[in-house]
Parts: sequence; C-alpha cells; structure tokens
Amino acid sequence: MAGSNPNAKPMNLTLKVWRQRNRNTAGSIVDYQVKDISPDMSFLEMLDVLNEDLLRQGEEPVAFDHDCREGICGSCNLFINGRAHGPEAGTTTCQLHMRKFSDGDTITIEPWRSAAFPVNKDLSVDRSAFDRIIQAGGYISINTGGTPDANEIPIPKDIADRAFEAATCIACGACVASCKNSSAMLFVSAKVSQLALLPQGHVERKTRVENMVAQMDKEGFGACSNIGSCAAECPVGISLENIAIMNREYINAKATSNNLA
Amino acid sequence: MSWITKTFSSSIGRKLIMAVTGLFLCSFLVVHLLINLQMLRHDGGASFNFWAEFMGTNPVIRFMEIVLMLGLLAHIYQGLALAVKNKKARGGQAYVVNHSEQNSQWASRNMALLGTLLLIFLIVHLMNFWIRSRFDAMGGLAEVRVPNLDHPVGDLYSVAAASFKIPWYVALYALSQIALGYHLWHGFRSGFQTLGLNHRKYTPAIYLTGYGFSVIVSALFAVIPLVMFFSEAYQPRPATGNTVEQSLTTEPALR
Ligand code: HEM
Ligand code: SF4
Ligand code: FES
Repeated sequence: MAGSNPNAKPMNLTLKVWRQRNRNTAGSIVDYQVKDISPDMSFLEMLDVLNEDLLRQGEEPVAFDHDCREGICGSCNLFINGRAHGPEAGTTTCQLHMRKFSDGDTITIEPWRSAAFPVNKDLSVDRSAFDRIIQAGGYISINTGGTPDANEIPIPKDIADRAFEAATCIACGACVASCKNSSAMLFVSAKVSQLALLPQGHVERKTRVENMVAQMDKEGFGACSNIGSCAAECPVGISLENIAIMNREYINAKATSNNLA
Repeated sequence: MSWITKTFSSSIGRKLIMAVTGLFLCSFLVVHLLINLQMLRHDGGASFNFWAEFMGTNPVIRFMEIVLMLGLLAHIYQGLALAVKNKKARGGQAYVVNHSEQNSQWASRNMALLGTLLLIFLIVHLMNFWIRSRFDAMGGLAEVRVPNLDHPVGDLYSVAAASFKIPWYVALYALSQIALGYHLWHGFRSGFQTLGLNHRKYTPAIYLTGYGFSVIVSALFAVIPLVMFFSEAYQPRPATGNTVEQSLTTEPALR
C-alpha cells in the first residue's frame, strides 16, 4: 500500500495551539513543531505525539478531550484550521486522518468558542450546559414492570428512520461552535424531534419542548437565524428540518399546553 | 411574566416575530414595486399619482399602513436586539482562524449588517417620500389633476422624478437595493424555516422562490431610478404656482 499513497511519507507540521491554564486566566496561541507524523495517524494520535514530546521536554501536555476515538462519544472537539472537527465534512476529530494534511502545513487548533462552553484548560471546554438541557426534558416516562413485547407499539418504518436519524446526535457541540450566533438549536431540535416523532415521547411532548427551550435560553445560547453552519459541520448530518420541527412543536406547545407560567 | 410574554421573549418566540414581520414586509414590497413601476409609463406620472392617492386615502390601506409601520419597527428592534444577544452568546474570545465561508452563505451571516444598511436607506427614503406626502412636511406636495378623478391629487411623481435626477440619491437608492437583495436572499427562505414550514416536498421550491424573489424585486427597484436618471422622458412637473382652485379650472388633466 505504501507505494500507492503519494502522501505516505511522514510529515513535519507546525501547530498553532490554544494554550490556557484554566477558566480564569487568559490564553494564547503557542507554536509547536511535530515531526515524522504518519499520514495514517488520526488527528488525536498526532496530538498524542505532540504531548509525548512535551512531556519529554518537561513541559505541560496540551489538554484535549477524547474518549471513544471511534466517532460516537462526541468528546473530541477541536476547531481545526477554522472548521469544527477540521476540514472534512461528516467526521469527528478522532476520525480525521493526517492524510488530509500535507507535509509542511501549519495547523491552527482552538477550543470550541461559546459563552455557554467555558474553556476548562487548553482545548478542553465544559459542555455541561448540554447535559442540563437534556435533564430539562430530553427523556421519556415508561412504566416499569414486565418486559413489554418487542414491536408492541407499531411505528411506521419511515417515522422510525427519521427518529433514528435525529437520535444519532452525539452531543459534540460542533453546531454551537460553528454557529455565528452560538445557537444550540440543532442539538436541542434533534432531541425534541426524535421524541416528538415517536409515540413513546408523547407523554411529555409539550412540557419537553417548553422546558428544553427555556433551559437552552437560560444557558446563554444564541437564537437561530437559519444560517446553516451547524448542519454543514455536524459530524452525523443532523438536518435543519429538525429545527423547523422543533419550532412547530414549540408553537403548538405554547398555544395549547396547560402551562400558564 | 405571563405565558404570552414568556413565549415572545424566548429565543424561538423572538424569531417568530422576525419571521412574521419579515414576510409581511416582503408582501408589502410587492405592492410598493408594482406602484413604482407605474412611474416608467410615459404618462407624466398620472398612473403613479393615481395609485399614490389611492394608497394615501383608502381606509383599508391606511389601516395596513399602521400595521406596516409597527411591523417594521418590531422587525428593526427585534433584529438588532437579537444581533446583540447573539454576539454576546459567542463569548469574549473570537476564533483566531474561522472559515465560516466554507459552511454557510455570506448573506446568511450578515443579516444585521444588511438590515442596518436598509435602515439607513429607509430613513432617507421615508423622509423624502413618506413624511413629505403623509404629514405635508418638507414642502409637502404640489397638486395636480389626474384622469378618472374629479379632484386634484398630490404630485408625488414630481418628487420622485426630481429626486432621481440627483446623482448621490440615485446611487444610494440603487446600491441599497443590493443590500435588499442579499437580505431577502437569506430572509425569504429563512422566514419559512422559522415558522416551521420545512418539508422535503416543498422546501426546495421555497428556496428557489426566495432566490428568484430577491433578485427580481431588488433588480426592478434599482432599475426604476436608474432609468429615470438617464432618460430625458421623466421630468418633474414645473411648479405652476397655481392654487388648487386655479389648477382645477385652468390646468388640463394629464394624459
Ligand atoms: C423592506 C425591508 C425588510 C424586509 C422585507 C425584511 C425581511 C426579512 C426577512 C423575511 C427576514 C427573515 C426572518 C427569519 O429568519 O425568520 C429578515 C431577517 C432579519 N432582518 Fe429584515 N427585512 C427588512 C428590513 C430590515 C431592517 C431595516 C433591519 C434592521 C435594521 C432588518 C434586520 C433583520 C435582521 C437582523 C434579520 C435576522 C434576524 C434573525 O434571523 O435572527 N431587516 N428580514
Ligand atoms: S446536532 Fe450534530 S453538531 Fe450538534 S451536537 Fe448533535 S452531533 Fe454535534
Ligand atoms: S473521541 Fe469519541 S467521538 Fe471522537
């Protein structure tokens, strides 16, 4: 294989990395050189190489979040060369490979920026605002007791598919990071429409959208202006249609729920 | 706060105000454009003045004018307030490198800038035409006869024809239509999306309609002053110095 890949020879790169000691100190971009990076490495493995170098030199390694490294947990959030999760569409940072870059490239790496996502340290941000939004309504009530039969509730395949598509959101926050308004509406709408589409979600249908939107506003996210950066940068392809569904759910809930407060 | 004020102060509620007022303004633009196009007829402004008189006197239109002005104010206030709120949500530290042009359209990201340009234009525009004709300010309007009406009407055509001989005014007017075009390029489809009107069957048609609407409406609005600037055929009516009574008896109706 090595001969067939024109990029297969190891690369030397210049990294411009955001370094910040903690929430309360100011950060800045620091330049590093990394050598002999294999094009087959993932972006995170490249950062591992940088951190080993830094440790060897007795410097503090760069903090960045990661967990599964297979594109499902949503924690590997880096703003790479001005794009959430880097230049490639439909990928998380852990699924981004160094073959997308060339020898001699300069790569700027920044944390997600949003007032609602404060920087913990270096490239790691606090996304607990998302958890609080989910706690406000992103759940369903079910009866405990005997195991229900599979397929007890009939759901048309096309509805099940659309709900599943919405359910693939990994809560990474790329939508917020890339949005000019720092709006979380793509994330919130994915959960709202997933549960609105399914019969299991109908018990809390109205309170869910009311409470999740209220919490979203309280966390300080911006208001959507349908720019579409979010859907373009979303690693799993959550579509803008979900935001329209959420807006409909919200209008319907506000107009007809029994909640006077 | 009651549930109503809470709804309309939420992020989605504020967006609903933007969408309803924005799309309402789009419908107004169509009427405004159709009447402006009357100026290009070679009738000395008779058709235009006739419709200007209709817009100024018809009770339904007068009522809608109030709705329009309140809607415009709400749109401007809410648009600017949302822009400030959204800027704050972005946080203090901007990205050092941000290639948003690779994930979205310029017009979509610059609605507040485009809106502010429109606001500057609207202030000049409303002072020149609307304030003058509705409130009889800034010299008001001369009176003139038009066919089919037995009373004289305000000669708004001459105000327009005179304004469209002033180079800076024509330039401001035509350039502002570029801002309008971009504002509507994003705004038209965006309004539908905000109202939840997104469906895989119809959304492609809404996008296309919006793109067509923005280009055609802004281009036609821009062409009118340009044509009237460059053509000798469009001249303001010289002031006669006649009183209304004299005008009625001595001046022939314009054909
Ligand atoms: C004839 C004049 C105008 C028309 C037809 C118009 C139309 C529209 C439409 C249809 C939208 C989309 C609403 C949505 O996304 O739901 C919009 C958005 C917007 N307009 Fe206007 N507009 C006009 C004038 C203005 C002015 C004068 C300003 C401000 C000074 C303004 C500021 C904005 C802003 C900031 C937005 C984006 C709001 C958001 O999505 O959060 N507009 N406009
Ligand atoms: S909607 Fe997409 S970009 Fe936003 S949090 Fe979910 S997976 Fe990430
Ligand atoms: S580390 Fe889990 S998605 Fe990248």
